Amino acid sequence: MTVCASILHVLMALTLSPLLLGVINRTKAKFAGRCGQPLLQPYYDLAKLLRKGAVYSRTTTWVFRAGPMVGLAAMLLVIGLVPLGGVRALGTFPGDLILLTYALGLTRFMTMLAALDTGSAFEGMGASREAQFSLLAEPVLLLSLAALAICTRSMGLSDIYGSLHTLDSARWVPTASLAAAAIFIVLLVENARIPIDDPNTHLELTMIHEVMVLDHGGVDLGLIQYGAALKLWVFSSLLVGVVIPWQIGQPVLDLLLGVGGIFALAVVVGVVESAMARLRLVRVPQMLAVAAVLTMIAIIWALR
Amino acid sequence: MGIVLLLVSIGVLVLGSAFCAVASRRSRWANQLGGVVAVAGAIPAILAAGHVLWTGETEELRLPWAVPFGSFYTAVDGLSAFFIMAIAVICGLAAMYGVSYMRHYAGRKNLGPSWFFYNMLFASMLLVVTARNGMLFLVAWEIMSLASFFLVMFDHEKEEVREAGWTYLVAMHLGTAFLFALFLLLSWQGKTMDFDTFGVPSGVASGSVLFLLAVIGFGTKAGFMPMHVWLPEAHPAAPSHVSAVMSGVMIKTGIYGLLRVLTFLGEPSTWPTWWGWTLIGVGAVSGIGGVLFALAQHDLKRLLAYHSVENIGIICLGLGLWLVGTSTDNPALAALGLLGGLLHVWNHAIFKSLLFLAAGAAIQATGTRDIELMGGLLKRMRHTGLAFIIGSVAICGLPPLNGFISEFMIYVGAFSGVTGSVTTGATASLLVVAALAMIGGLAIACFTKVIGVVFLGEGRSDLAKDASEAPALMRAPLAIMAGLCVLIGLLSPLVIPAIEPATRCLIPNSTAYRNVGGMDLYSLLWRISTAFVVLIAFIVGLWALRRRLLAHRTVQEAGTWDCGYAAPTSRMQYTASSFAWPILDMFRFLLRPQVLQQRPSGLFPEKAKFESHVDDVFRKYAYGPIFSSVAWLADRLRWVQQGRNQLYVLYIALALLTLLFWKLGVAK
Repeated sequence: MTVCASILHVLMALTLSPLLLGVINRTKAKFAGRCGQPLLQPYYDLAKLLRKGAVYSRTTTWVFRAGPMVGLAAMLLVIGLVPLGGVRALGTFPGDLILLTYALGLTRFMTMLAALDTGSAFEGMGASREAQFSLLAEPVLLLSLAALAICTRSMGLSDIYGSLHTLDSARWVPTASLAAAAIFIVLLVENARIPIDDPNTHLELTMIHEVMVLDHGGVDLGLIQYGAALKLWVFSSLLVGVVIPWQIGQPVLDLLLGVGGIFALAVVVGVVESAMARLRLVRVPQMLAVAAVLTMIAIIWALR
Repeated sequence: MGIVLLLVSIGVLVLGSAFCAVASRRSRWANQLGGVVAVAGAIPAILAAGHVLWTGETEELRLPWAVPFGSFYTAVDGLSAFFIMAIAVICGLAAMYGVSYMRHYAGRKNLGPSWFFYNMLFASMLLVVTARNGMLFLVAWEIMSLASFFLVMFDHEKEEVREAGWTYLVAMHLGTAFLFALFLLLSWQGKTMDFDTFGVPSGVASGSVLFLLAVIGFGTKAGFMPMHVWLPEAHPAAPSHVSAVMSGVMIKTGIYGLLRVLTFLGEPSTWPTWWGWTLIGVGAVSGIGGVLFALAQHDLKRLLAYHSVENIGIICLGLGLWLVGTSTDNPALAALGLLGGLLHVWNHAIFKSLLFLAAGAAIQATGTRDIELMGGLLKRMRHTGLAFIIGSVAICGLPPLNGFISEFMIYVGAFSGVTGSVTTGATASLLVVAALAMIGGLAIACFTKVIGVVFLGEGRSDLAKDASEAPALMRAPLAIMAGLCVLIGLLSPLVIPAIEPATRCLIPNSTAYRNVGGMDLYSLLWRISTAFVVLIAFIVGLWALRRRLLAHRTVQEAGTWDCGYAAPTSRMQYTASSFAWPILDMFRFLLRPQVLQQRPSGLFPEKAKFESHVDDVFRKYAYGPIFSSVAWLADRLRWVQQGRNQLYVLYIALALLTLLFWKLGVAK
């Protein structure tokens, strides 16, 4: 039963993650008083991209072609490692959170290399900013997961998320809420959302993620966009597991609850994007520093 | 049998190097002979190390000799064999590469001495890790320093090489001075220099003093920050195969020395906790500092040299966890820290040598070490570029290669420190987690920069546009090393048993690591291997899918899109300096980047200039002032030296008289 729920979670992640982007877009449209694009637009986009041929720059090498594939492969691995609240991950072992963080690192590494392979100054700039922000985001993510690990005294993500809510609430609530705030900031940074980055533009000087994939097209771009949707799902699961403070105990119901939480989170992201302006680039490290401070307090509380 | 094979290996190397020196008149011939000798010396050493690691037994050989304080005492135990394996494999492979690399110099330079020193360096490293007598150890240590000094000085016509060699020589001897004091104190009680009589001299110095002496003395060799200043000078100056050996294995003899000395300092359970804290502190500073300075470099080999400081820092973090775990009685923390640190010794030996050799091929192909003048080399040097990318993925600790495994073990050790039932050492463990995460992110930034600027994009100068692939003999060692990175990554549970014998003399309870967060270490590592296989399967699957999708569609080639600008040139590419600048700017309080700029002015600006560089702050602000004040003092004493014999006779007489009065005074 538990394994079935885990498999179901992976299948839902694989099929529903593009819908998250649709929900965010719809929320933003409602806030702006527009009808907005169809909810299933991300699927139409993917289908269209996968039907296309390819145009490659003469400057590029195999690295440019390998980037999207390795990136998506690492995201697929991560989907198998991430639990959703009470639903255990498909693969779990002590220290899987390290593999998860480093697999995300592999995606980033290959995306940055593919960007630099084009020889374009725009993409170089994007890669440079990605490197700068992610080097701050990675420790924050790892340390906030470490705070939860200390709280529950376990080293596997599924154990951490599974046992968090069974603890005495004075013990876990402060840590979990601080860690959740930090993970939410990391979610916004890593998924290129406003106020850090604008997923709709790549022509401003604040460009980060979108500009790195400027030269990708067709199938490659499809793989990248699908990978980005999966990444949003992964971070949302990590966050939802901390935020939803109860578990039903029935794996399938827990799964539905978790998935509901993920879509609610997508609405929240949409609200944040509608309500905030993009930050100036120099402010982004400060925002991550805030996340780091929150994490530190979470850890101190957990160690207490 | 192991020790005999090892002595055979040392004999072959010493004898062979003598032949190289004699054959120096025929440079080309000496070059081939040198390479053959190194490979011939490597094979018995690898067999010896393999034998000892397999059986797990200590083999020793003790002969009387004329040197006072002890005997000619050598032994190979697990720890020695572990280091011998790394030394022999890397020296053998680097020699293969070196034969081809040095051919380039054959007409212009006398290669005999170079190979003489190379093989002497190899032999002396083997002797350092097998010597069990202080005198023998120090002699081997000194030969190692001197041989590598002469190798660094290979291009001695160049001013900067002489400067680098000088820095190296001074640093090594300052470090050795601490070792002299250390060995003197260790032999105080037993009155001999044999290692089996070494111990803490009660009443003279405490174990902590000895520990600090060892950290400084061996740390200078290993490149702990702030004793690392020689590293970024000496590594770029040496020929690439020598840099690979120095960075890959020679600096690890410092780690070996530290570990060996720790076995003399009494029961591990009596060690104070702050020893572990010291190593974790040194590790965090070296790790983060090393990679930050690496990020700021434009010289490819200098950049890699700073990464050696970073990786020594990671090893140090592992060893620090071991010490903290030992002194707080947390066996899982201790065992995982030590195993991870030791595995990182092997891993770093492999991928750093790989990177240095690949970088050497790129440097030879372009004729420059400045990364801003390279670019687009992957198209012209397909294999070398691939090897460099594999090495980079490994050094960043990314899955699915070997670097991830050792960092993972240190991470898991640290997590078991914070989540286990024993919470002592939790802060130390958290510091390790934070430092490793920071190092990871910075390393990714640094290596994407290097690969992007050197191997990807378009050639940034004519030098890069005319580059051609390295000869097969240079590529073969690269292929072997890249293969090792993949194999250790995928088959880590089979590699750990080979490291266990090395930990026997360091962890008393060596089965403690079997339980990691409720799981056996081996099954944990098998899970990682499975995850890696799955990852590779996904990559292959996606590749097949993409191939199928694109099979009957049009795949065109065009220029890179540059906002509609029609004539992009390679000069418009993002440079390494621009790429790294935001990060350097963020850490400017530490790095203190220097900027020289001449802004364009007027309606028709003519000249504009921008230059940025980062000096080593320790060299500039710490060692620079110290050494220049020593030089100033020495300058003030110049009047003593007049060059007249009468004066020197007077000095002698004065000295004798002073001694006489002092003696009489003391007698009273």
